[in-house]
Amino acid sequence: MRPGTPSAPPRALPHPLPRPDGEQAHLERIWQRPRGWRAITVVNNNYIGLLYIGTALLFFLLAGVLALLMRAQLAVPDNDLIGHDLYNQLFTMHGTVMMFLFAVPAVEAMAVLLLPNMLGARDLPFPRLSSYAYWAYAIGGLVFFCSIFVGLAPDGGWFMYPPLTSSAYSPALNADLWLLGIGFIEISAIAGAIELAVGILRTRAPGMTLDKMPIFAWIMLAFSGMVIIAFPAVIVATALLELERAFGLPFFMADKGGDPLLWQHLFWLFGHPEVYIIFLPAAGMVSMIIPAMAGRPLVGYRLVVMAIVATSFLSFGLWVHHMFATGIPQLSLSFASAASMAVSIPTGVQVFAWIATIAAAPRLRPLKTPMLFILGFFFIFVLGGLTGVMVAVIPFDWQAHDTYFVVAHLHYVLVGGMVFPLFAAFYYWMPFVSRRALSERLGRWAFWLMFVGFNVGFFPMHLTGLAGMPRRVYTYADQYGWGLLNMVSTVGAYLIAAGVLVFLIDLARNFRPSVEHNAGNVWQAGTLEWLPAGVAGPRSVPWVSSREPLWDQPGLAADVQAGRYYLPGAPTGGRSTLVTGAIDARPQYLLRLPGPGWPPVLAAVGTAGFFLLLTGKLMVPAALFGVLAIAMILRWLWDTDPAPDRAPVDVGGGLRLPVSCVGSASHSWWAMVMLVMVCASIFCALLFAYLFLWTTSPDVWPAPAALAAVPWPLASSVLLAGSSALAWAGGRGLRHGRQGCLRIALPLGALMLAAAVGLEADAQWRAGLRPQDHAYAAAVYALIGLQGTLAIAVAFMSLFTTARSWAGKLGAARRACLDNTTLLWHYTAVQGLVGTLVLHGFPRWTGLA
Amino acid sequence: MPDSSFYAVPAVLLSTMWADQQSALHPQGTQAGLSAETAWVMFVAGAAIFLLVMAILALAILGPERLRRHLAGRAMLVEAGIVFPVAVLSTLLIYSLGIAAAMLRADAPAAVRIEVTGEMWWWRVRYLDDDGQVLFETANEIRIPVDQPVDLALASRNVVHSFWVPNLAGKLDMVPGHVNRMRLHATQAGRYRGQCAEYCGAQHANMMFDIQVLAGPDFQAWLQSQRRPAAPPGDADGRLRQGRQVFLQACARCHAVRGTLAAGTVGPDLTHVGGRLSLGAGMLPNNVGTLAGWIAGSQHIKPGNGMPAFDHLSGEQLRAVAHYMESLQ
Repeated sequence: MRPGTPSAPPRALPHPLPRPDGEQAHLERIWQRPRGWRAITVVNNNYIGLLYIGTALLFFLLAGVLALLMRAQLAVPDNDLIGHDLYNQLFTMHGTVMMFLFAVPAVEAMAVLLLPNMLGARDLPFPRLSSYAYWAYAIGGLVFFCSIFVGLAPDGGWFMYPPLTSSAYSPALNADLWLLGIGFIEISAIAGAIELAVGILRTRAPGMTLDKMPIFAWIMLAFSGMVIIAFPAVIVATALLELERAFGLPFFMADKGGDPLLWQHLFWLFGHPEVYIIFLPAAGMVSMIIPAMAGRPLVGYRLVVMAIVATSFLSFGLWVHHMFATGIPQLSLSFASAASMAVSIPTGVQVFAWIATIAAAPRLRPLKTPMLFILGFFFIFVLGGLTGVMVAVIPFDWQAHDTYFVVAHLHYVLVGGMVFPLFAAFYYWMPFVSRRALSERLGRWAFWLMFVGFNVGFFPMHLTGLAGMPRRVYTYADQYGWGLLNMVSTVGAYLIAAGVLVFLIDLARNFRPSVEHNAGNVWQAGTLEWLPAGVAGPRSVPWVSSREPLWDQPGLAADVQAGRYYLPGAPTGGRSTLVTGAIDARPQYLLRLPGPGWPPVLAAVGTAGFFLLLTGKLMVPAALFGVLAIAMILRWLWDTDPAPDRAPVDVGGGLRLPVSCVGSASHSWWAMVMLVMVCASIFCALLFAYLFLWTTSPDVWPAPAALAAVPWPLASSVLLAGSSALAWAGGRGLRHGRQGCLRIALPLGALMLAAAVGLEADAQWRAGLRPQDHAYAAAVYALIGLQGTLAIAVAFMSLFTTARSWAGKLGAARRACLDNTTLLWHYTAVQGLVGTLVLHGFPRWTGLA
Repeated sequence: MPDSSFYAVPAVLLSTMWADQQSALHPQGTQAGLSAETAWVMFVAGAAIFLLVMAILALAILGPERLRRHLAGRAMLVEAGIVFPVAVLSTLLIYSLGIAAAMLRADAPAAVRIEVTGEMWWWRVRYLDDDGQVLFETANEIRIPVDQPVDLALASRNVVHSFWVPNLAGKLDMVPGHVNRMRLHATQAGRYRGQCAEYCGAQHANMMFDIQVLAGPDFQAWLQSQRRPAAPPGDADGRLRQGRQVFLQACARCHAVRGTLAAGTVGPDLTHVGGRLSLGAGMLPNNVGTLAGWIAGSQHIKPGNGMPAFDHLSGEQLRAVAHYMESLQ
């Protein structure tokens, strides 16, 4: 905390009127988006957010068409419209695209668009990262989708259970496309989550303490935390399966000590939180829309926040409820059953908080289209929640599992819990991003078609499932009598499609994208995104003293628009936004933001090209694209952490803020901490895999005598500790202005880190261990491989830091690059020590016992 | 399960909507009965809770002012959002864990032991004696005695499958590297259907089987007949002898018929194939015509299955081998 920064709202507004001539024009010129063919280099969150939402919507439509094809095939028994080959690709792609390319990106996209505006920030803290994440997702996702046109689409079901997806049963590229494509899109999602979390914690308007944050921001914070913990599990799972497919490391092969259930554990360890990762942001939108429509703040704000936090914790305890039928011990089942029921309680709290807010409404009627979609959400989601409790009940789930009952349940929860709120959000926030609001008349048509269609389509599936129809069957015989139920479901599916079509017509007629000339606060909502906005967001950044500032702070919109609050211009001569304290939201420094540029777009092209060409085993072009990606990322990083050559600038009311920051107060340090959390999650998932494989096949674990002798792990431990010490010494040297010390310490330390990995791998190899031998060997080399990957990353970063030192871009007050490198460095050393302890200690310990 | 239970009326109503040979709501076994009982308890309670929540929502929008003020209070939020669900869910948890424990209880020794292995895409079925030795092998058809406990050992050597006979019990996966055990207890003689419930590749949709619950003496008679090797065709019947000849040349590498030289293990054991209820893992009725059709064009009927098309056989050969198959009762 900097002394002298205000903790209470200013008595007088920070800036007097009139504002200097040309101040607003200057601000707008600086934030102007690039025109013409350079438009794709845009980095501002409003534009990236809109592109992002549009792309997610495109994937919703594409995956929806796949669903319509499936429903056409299932409309009548013994249908031969679509063969098994295409059908199996259709349902795999429908699930995969809806979950990974529509649902998660859509909620992230809404947050990219809305959060900075809700928080009173001018942009997210890492605009180029948003742009990179978006383009990587858009390019990678579209190429991935096109695989269905050439029959190369994955066909193993969206949860890709091995051994069906192992090379023995799926030798073609289809499964590799899934593993590499989805693995890489997850990375883009993690990048987005880190950026959102830092944005929420560090770029809120002054005065917006944690308890004044909009619920949507709370939810996206929980969302980011869940993505950071959960997505690494699926990244590890996909990496292990790809290692098995490509190089024969037998993680999932039962005859070599592997276990197909390992995949199921890792996948659902991610997969169940994923459901809440999708649902919570939608619930956050509901928590924003209902108060605006009702004209009353949300009832039970604190309870709702607690419910969100509880949900995100509990959601990690119930993955086993997807595995009730795998024959695992009854005790695990009972625990998962109890946890699955418990998680419905915080959701119930949210539902009743919404109902209470509706009951308190002075102005709810006549119901507007967003509210219709929310009422539809209530109907569908409550029903889906109740069937969710049913499938959490073990004796019932043994029947319902993997049948159309579950298909019905998951669509009630996901379509009810995510798609209906999202459409409510489209209608609600359209006046924020468009010159015109959407049509109430068409909105009603869209709602009723979708609502009726949904229930006609999916309610009968509960019965179809209990009547014995398993999911994922491309045809069924007439003798079971499922024909009528299926025909009704198909009619319902096409009704939903008609509703979506009406929405698209509405969009074509009324959506005229523009934030600076938007339709404005047509709902009389109370949160900051409804301030009058220009290309730079609000003209000035307000002091916030309420959860609904537009309701409780009279004249706020006019004062903000007149430029009477903070940062009405561009005092640094470039783009900038306020960074505030994570808890108390006191202004701390002014973050200089980058403008449009090619590197993020080209880096995204390089990354997507690298992964996609790798799938096709086209090594040379893949390497070229990889080099392009790395070069572009280095290019963009080279400009970060600008020189602290500017005196603190006045942002208003005598508040002078520095324009750079070092150490743990820096926003980039916070992002690095989150990245370390991602790495730790990956490591934990891999440790889980190691220990899990031991529980299923302890017979392939070596006797203590077969392990490398103790001096080897001791030597690599010494190297790890020494490397960490060198990194620390380098940083200390820089603090005292000794660049030379740093230039020696960093490369040497990186070399020692790499040597530690090499020593470990060599010791295992000379002990006779080969990765393809059995599950134990595979797990050992996977852990070493992860350590090696991190060592390479640290080596790159240390060379980059050293290069900046030579280039004169590093100093005692300009050291974010070094701080972040050392953070990952120390983590890598600790991970290496823990890994060494496990690899050499665990088999010895179990050998003793 | 006894039909006097309280859910009998809705069950009968629903039974008019679909056939009852593969239905979880038409339980004919102890486990399926307990599942169905749980289901109906939850359907009734769930419907009541759903209507209640919707009524509260309607009142929150349309209700009289005083009621709406009450609904907007924090007290309501705590009562309806926390106290009520905790009470209901705790009750449900205790009830359902009790049922699950009852379903897994196996107090009596099994009368019959069967090992079922998931293949792509059919079921290998082996009846075992008390020492776990194989009595005989069959495929895609299980027969069990009524009112007696039957133990199944479920396994797979390829991909994950799931064994499911909705009328008798819930499903249990067949996971490579694991052997899962399931107890069946049929309470009603009859013919039911089972189907693979875990997606297992191209023909997952057509991986079905028949399960027939027989009265005790009938079951014993069937068991004895299955243990016998196939009867050789009589000298008088030239067509059957020709059929056997063709079979031994064309089919024996993959199929076994006990009592002949055919001992292949890739495909189903066909020792008594003529007596089975269906063909192609539950796809076709079993008669000479469908047998010939399957042999000549199984790839048209079940694309991607492991058996090549034998359309190069002459019409006469095909008829002969089909008749031979049918004779293996």
